[in-house]
Amino acid sequence: MATPLIEMRDISIAFGGIKAVDHASVDLYPGEVVGLLGHNGAGKSTLIKVVSGAYKRDSGQIFVEGNEVSINNPRDAKALGIETIYQTLALADNVDAAANLYLGRELKTPMGTLDDVAMEAETRKVMHRLNPNFKRFKEPVSKLSGGQRQSVAIARAIHFNARILIMDEPTAALGPQETAQVGELIKQLKEEGIGIFLISHDLHDVFDLADRLCVMKNGKVVGTAKTTDVDHDEVLGMIIAGKCPPKAIPGPGAM
Amino acid sequence: MSDETNSSQSPALQKEGALTRFFRATEIDARILGMIAALLLIWISFDIASGILRGNFGGLLGGSFLTPRNLWTLSVQTSSIAIMSTGMVLLIVMRQLDLSVGSMLSLVAVAGAVLQVFELVPILGVGHPAIWMIAVVFCISLGALVGAFNGLITAYAQIPAFIVTLGGLLAYSGLAFFLGRGETVAPLDKTFEIFGGGIPISWIGPFWSWVLAGIACAGIVYGIVNGRRQRHRFKFPLRPMWAEFFLVFLGCSTVLGVTNIMNSYPWPFKLIENHAKANGVTIPAGIENKDGEAVCMAGEQAVRCLDGLIYYTGYPVPVIIALVVGLAMTFLATRTAFGRYVYAIGGNPEAAELAGINTKWMLVKAFALMGALVGVSAIVSSARLNAATNALGGLNELYVIAATVIGGTSLAGGVGTIYGAMLGALMMQSIISGMSLLNLPAAFQNVVVGVVLVLAVWLDQLYSRRVK
Repeated sequence: MATPLIEMRDISIAFGGIKAVDHASVDLYPGEVVGLLGHNGAGKSTLIKVVSGAYKRDSGQIFVEGNEVSINNPRDAKALGIETIYQTLALADNVDAAANLYLGRELKTPMGTLDDVAMEAETRKVMHRLNPNFKRFKEPVSKLSGGQRQSVAIARAIHFNARILIMDEPTAALGPQETAQVGELIKQLKEEGIGIFLISHDLHDVFDLADRLCVMKNGKVVGTAKTTDVDHDEVLGMIIAGKCPPKAIPGPGAM
Repeated sequence: MSDETNSSQSPALQKEGALTRFFRATEIDARILGMIAALLLIWISFDIASGILRGNFGGLLGGSFLTPRNLWTLSVQTSSIAIMSTGMVLLIVMRQLDLSVGSMLSLVAVAGAVLQVFELVPILGVGHPAIWMIAVVFCISLGALVGAFNGLITAYAQIPAFIVTLGGLLAYSGLAFFLGRGETVAPLDKTFEIFGGGIPISWIGPFWSWVLAGIACAGIVYGIVNGRRQRHRFKFPLRPMWAEFFLVFLGCSTVLGVTNIMNSYPWPFKLIENHAKANGVTIPAGIENKDGEAVCMAGEQAVRCLDGLIYYTGYPVPVIIALVVGLAMTFLATRTAFGRYVYAIGGNPEAAELAGINTKWMLVKAFALMGALVGVSAIVSSARLNAATNALGGLNELYVIAATVIGGTSLAGGVGTIYGAMLGALMMQSIISGMSLLNLPAAFQNVVVGVVLVLAVWLDQLYSRRVK
């Protein structure tokens, strides 16, 4: 089998006395979508924040294409081609779409100043692809609708040639039509060989889009399985009771 | 013209009023226009009030406020606070605050004065040209260093800036006292004094003032033309042509008008006399009056006689410094990645961190910049006084913060402009100067400034709510 795009091995992180993530191991291959499932507080978001550099892990190793890497802050993660769409979207509300899209990676003129016009032009192109109805380029993103804000966050993650994409509840704020658009986008990105972690509450989404799924409970991995090997009820059993079905590979959290 | 996407052409926008369309086309911030209107109202009221209470001193409306002399003095008095307010804008936009700028100003000014008077003069001799250069570099560097210290503690020890700089307020003023032993350290270097704007040492005269005005106008035209070209390059909607011409006209006429006022303030009589005597210029003869002074007849009125020997000051040096600082800071805030990060951090600190911005280091840089600007203000203030004391910057932190907030900067972060803060400083100084002209007691002045501060924030909130 090929080397995983990214492999997390025995990741642990604790806040105070609480083990938010406890010896979790997950991997992801090129062109694959892995769904991360679990209750609120199961440790999904914390685990991906370790990968995206927002949190620093207490122990464990991360390998990108077989090489061990150290991710200490979001800059490190971005340098490795790891992009994240956060549940909170993490947008600077008081600046416009272009400023958010290029935040931290601004286009500069030869003089070293911001090339706002070029950034806006690029943003118009990207947004046109994602959301053709988007017109409000001059307004701060706080004035945009939930769906429009989500498009800006997605545009930011895919615009810079990500290899690994982490999507934390990407469709939470979206209507049915926009959700379908995100689904199309995920399929398109898969074909480009990008690996995607998809965190979602919606089992249908995960079964539609993911190749494998990984269920967490109380900070531990219950099990990992191909979506074709398990059904809805079995996955619910993993999420609620921590019961690992026979075709899944059990993790440390399995009963 | 086909490439002008005039907003008035779309049917949906046709309904909006002429005023809204005007603001949309010219892209002028209505809030700033409101501030300028308030400022003019204050000026007019003071001119009329001073005319009624104290008689006509040549003011535009019969008082003593709208005279070249008062406006010139007002601009000099505003400079120091205006310079510091440009740095405070960035800090408050980042959801930080620096309460120590007043004490820091005292500390830097005293240190700079001690350096000149007790260290450099004995080594280099009085008036050596290196003295002022070393002093200037020293003051700005010391300010930046102290500011960076504030920033380092705030960012890396994660103590709220309010506490760190409150500590600084006490500590730096104490240090200033120790350093100057509580004395007034004077006199400063003659060349250094130029930064204070005192006549007759520091003046650039009408000719160079007009040259500066010309450069400024050329800059305005270039800015508009370049902006239009950039928008054209990417086929963005352009402002209608009349709006472009209007903006050029508005900008240039303001520059030329202000220059004209600055060029209309003649030196005081005594200074011209001294200057003429010192430089061997013949003072024209007049008729002696009964007090033995030379007078001339200007129509029916006897005036002090210096016909043909009038010097106009032109732009005061501190005002030039403040304007250059304002331009540079506006450039920094709007055209560079640094400025973009400042606003992004203010809008959502967590998002900025997740976007890969080193927010802690940004804090240190912003505090250091604030400190460097305090250094510049320390130069201006001490040069103006030709001395430094540990009380020089007293209460300045509050004036700077007040000016910034009056200028539309939100304490919640993310919102604020450099020019707004500088206008805020001018408005506050106008109120203080105006009340001095009316002979109101100093205690009462503080009451009014306090009320204006609260009122300004309240009005701003009302405006923001209505816009939403």
